Amino acid sequence: MNKALIISLFLGYLAVLFLVALLLEKNNKLRKKIVHNPYVYSLTLAVYCSAWTFFGSVGMAANNVLEYATVYLGPTIMAPLFWVVLRKMIRISKIQNIISFTDFISSRYGKSLSLGRIAAICLALGIIPYIALQIKAIDLVFETIQFWGDTESTAGSSWLDSGFFFTLIIGIFIILFTTRKTIPQGKNDSLVGAVAFESVVKLIAFVAVGIFVFMQTDQTNTGNLSTWVEGASFQLNDNNSYAEWFGMIFLSGVAFLLLPRQFEMAVVENVSEKQINKAIWFVPLYLLIINFFVMPIAISGNHLLSGFTVDPDMYVLAIPLALDNSFISSVAVVGGFAAASGMVMVSTHALSKMLSNSVIMPYVINKPFIAKSFENHSQKIPIFFRRVSIFLVLVLAFLYHQISTELFSLVSIGLVSFVAVAQFAPLMVGAMFWKLGNCHGAIAGLLSGYVIWFFHLVVPSIAVLDIYPESFVHWTILGGASSQTSAITQVLFWSLLVNSLVYVFTSLFTQQTAIERNQAEIFVDVFRYSKIYESSVVWKGTAYFPDIKSLLERFLGAQQAETELAYFSKKHNIKWKANSKADGKLVTFAEKQLTSVIGSASAKIMVASVVKEERIGLKDVVNILKESQELLRFNKELTRKSSELKRATDALKRANQKLQANDELKDEFLYTVTHEMRTPLTSIRALSEILVDNGAELPEDMQTQYTTTILKESERMSRLISQVLDLENFESGKHKLQLDHLNMVELLEDCLTSMQPVFEKKGIEVSLDIQKTVPTVMGDYDRLTQVVLNLLSNAAKFVPEKSASIKLTAYQVEHKIQVNVRDNGKGISKELQRVIFDKFFQARNQTIRKPKGSGLGLAISKKIVQLHEGQIWVDSEPGKGARFSFTIPLNTRF
Amino acid sequence: MEPTQPKVLVVDDEPNIIMSLDFLIRKEGYQLFIARNGKEALEIAQTEKPDLVVLDIMMPDIDGYEVCKRIKSDENLKHTKVIFLSAKSRESDIQKGLNQGGDLYVTKPFSTRNLMKEIKIFLNQKA
Repeated sequence: MNKALIISLFLGYLAVLFLVALLLEKNNKLRKKIVHNPYVYSLTLAVYCSAWTFFGSVGMAANNVLEYATVYLGPTIMAPLFWVVLRKMIRISKIQNIISFTDFISSRYGKSLSLGRIAAICLALGIIPYIALQIKAIDLVFETIQFWGDTESTAGSSWLDSGFFFTLIIGIFIILFTTRKTIPQGKNDSLVGAVAFESVVKLIAFVAVGIFVFMQTDQTNTGNLSTWVEGASFQLNDNNSYAEWFGMIFLSGVAFLLLPRQFEMAVVENVSEKQINKAIWFVPLYLLIINFFVMPIAISGNHLLSGFTVDPDMYVLAIPLALDNSFISSVAVVGGFAAASGMVMVSTHALSKMLSNSVIMPYVINKPFIAKSFENHSQKIPIFFRRVSIFLVLVLAFLYHQISTELFSLVSIGLVSFVAVAQFAPLMVGAMFWKLGNCHGAIAGLLSGYVIWFFHLVVPSIAVLDIYPESFVHWTILGGASSQTSAITQVLFWSLLVNSLVYVFTSLFTQQTAIERNQAEIFVDVFRYSKIYESSVVWKGTAYFPDIKSLLERFLGAQQAETELAYFSKKHNIKWKANSKADGKLVTFAEKQLTSVIGSASAKIMVASVVKEERIGLKDVVNILKESQELLRFNKELTRKSSELKRATDALKRANQKLQANDELKDEFLYTVTHEMRTPLTSIRALSEILVDNGAELPEDMQTQYTTTILKESERMSRLISQVLDLENFESGKHKLQLDHLNMVELLEDCLTSMQPVFEKKGIEVSLDIQKTVPTVMGDYDRLTQVVLNLLSNAAKFVPEKSASIKLTAYQVEHKIQVNVRDNGKGISKELQRVIFDKFFQARNQTIRKPKGSGLGLAISKKIVQLHEGQIWVDSEPGKGARFSFTIPLNTRF
Repeated sequence: MEPTQPKVLVVDDEPNIIMSLDFLIRKEGYQLFIARNGKEALEIAQTEKPDLVVLDIMMPDIDGYEVCKRIKSDENLKHTKVIFLSAKSRESDIQKGLNQGGDLYVTKPFSTRNLMKEIKIFLNQKA
């Protein structure tokens, strides 16, 4: 193997990667499929596994340091929390169009420019050494190759060439990849595809080396793997291992979510929250597989390569080289490239975005010279500064690599970076779960944590370079640290403790700004606000639609701006005229759109340039927030209220209908009464008129007949009138029953006695069958007599002239006394039976005539029986007579 | 009596009404026919072809509206005049009666003088 082969492998690999990206860019269907695939998403999260994983884990294991495993246990243990934390980060970023980690932080803390700037610089400080680490790994790869036999070039080549070469190529690649155009939603689908591809390559490569080691070691004459494993002794550091393990696991878990490259892939590039479901188990599985062969390779390396001065970090490559297998060596090299380049690409991409969006652009975006030099190409401003930032990050990484990477192993630089990133944990947790956390607290906490980090983890490395006196190192808390891991966990503990306390207390003792209060609300309760984001942002001021429009056109391009505005117009049903004023919703929307292109800080500056914003008091914000919170509760309340209202309306409607019905009944009754009266009145009037007009002509007997009829009809009138009054009095409750212990037998006999003259006159045969033992009942003597008499006189009216008979019976049935009046008249049709007790009978049945003279008697009887809590009914068949019955309960208590 | 004397059919189930109309109509020299329900009324109308019918509405079988409708739709009886004489006094009842082809609607209680005047007018027109 020689250097030329390595270089061609490297270039070949990048070419393949580029082809993958290109393929995805050209093929829309495939790209969509790839980006939406949850496994692809999970694979992109494996960008976590850098060259440090690929080479460094074995290095650590070879030195009997088992703690390397914590770097993977952390994310594994953290995975179930993805659903809570990661999903929230994704949701927030989506509704606020956040495209970078610093945007996320500064958005939450009142869109603070200074916090964004500080965060970006801090992250760069923490991550650039980590990028440098990857460059170092590549350097080591070249060195290792040279060590094993590329003799011809040992003299001329230097390590500077390979590192520089790698950085340069990667730099060009990143610029090609990520800055060819502004991406509206901050999404870069081909990057997703490429990173997932790299994750597959490094996994396959590492597993291939592992299997190779398994298969090959048996054939060597120095022994085999199983005997080596028996001989190996691994020990945890005795002193404070539990705390350290816990610290390390916590650290990697936090880093997995907060590292810029992780945030980039997990949050910014996420297309669907559902992808998290798969990632929760797929990511730990990936980490398990890639770690499976670490131990065997480390043990084999220690034995196989014991005679050589080989850095254990390079065992993965050195073993196949030593065994002279150039294919597996090439696989290992490509895997290393994939791991290193993936990390460098995504980290540089993320960092450059932060630096340009949060640090550089806010300074320059509004400066006249920028506007002048980009004139009609404002869209190119973000691209230009992005490229500048990429260049800056890579140059700094390369310089750092030159100065200091000699001093550290691969793993330790990584861990130092992890601790730096962990300083963002308090303010990130606060951002999503604590509404009172504010910008002052975030800045103070972050800086205090970074100071501790810097002096205890960074300064010592520089101190060795004799910049600081060596005694300074011992002055720090690390003076007594027994191991590297111990130092890392101690610094982690103290820095995070101080950081958190400073963050919390500064937040508690300083004021939030209005926007901050607003954003805090939206971040913490994002799942509640996601639907009403634009209307839940508090904004007061004056802006004009054309200004907003031209601003969007400047950065999004005319076409994109048009599309976005059309969408907004449709969503909110707003139409603008040339000089319309823009409302808060539109301003928020525009700022959101700009954020995805130039970052939140610059977007804020640009929007502020066209908007005359009024200062909003904290009180206003709180009020409006309350409103929008209550809006949701209100909606529910409103639904409830309106259904209540509907119920009330229905009840009212029913009551009204009843009232109307009552009214109608009243009308009907009146009509019935007058109708009933018309019949006798008609006779009286007609007959009297005839008598008056023709008195002389009428024979005497006719005169007598006429006057008798007039008299009878007048009596009928009087009876009717008293019946109407009776009925009315019963119904209105004026008539009360005069209750007494009644002997029904006596009552019925009295009735028969009083009717006797009528029966005799008509020649009606009356029979009586009364059970003598019926008990007494509580009742009104006069009223019940009225009922019986009514029934008897009705019967007397309808019996035939010949062989007329009426039968009166009474007996006890269960707890009632039943009284029946049977006649042998012509009977009552079914139709009539239904309505015969009805006082409104006439009016409702317009053309069926109730038998003459029945009047209201039955209606009154029914009322009286009902007042006694009894029942009244008729059984009859036409031609077979009728039987009227009523019951009176025995044990009625009134 | 002359065979040319007008024929009047009184349809009512109230004996007192018949009693009074009986006297008045005979007094004018008209031929009187009496029916106590709708069915009877239609039978007499078919056989006697009266010039005028005094018609009650509420009757046990076929109501007066129906009787009127059948009389008016009968080709042989279309010149027969129909006077409703009913206790039903609502505007809608009256309208219904006139819609069925009734020539006059008199509500009970009624003035015998006015009723007879109307009957004479109808029968004189015919003559």
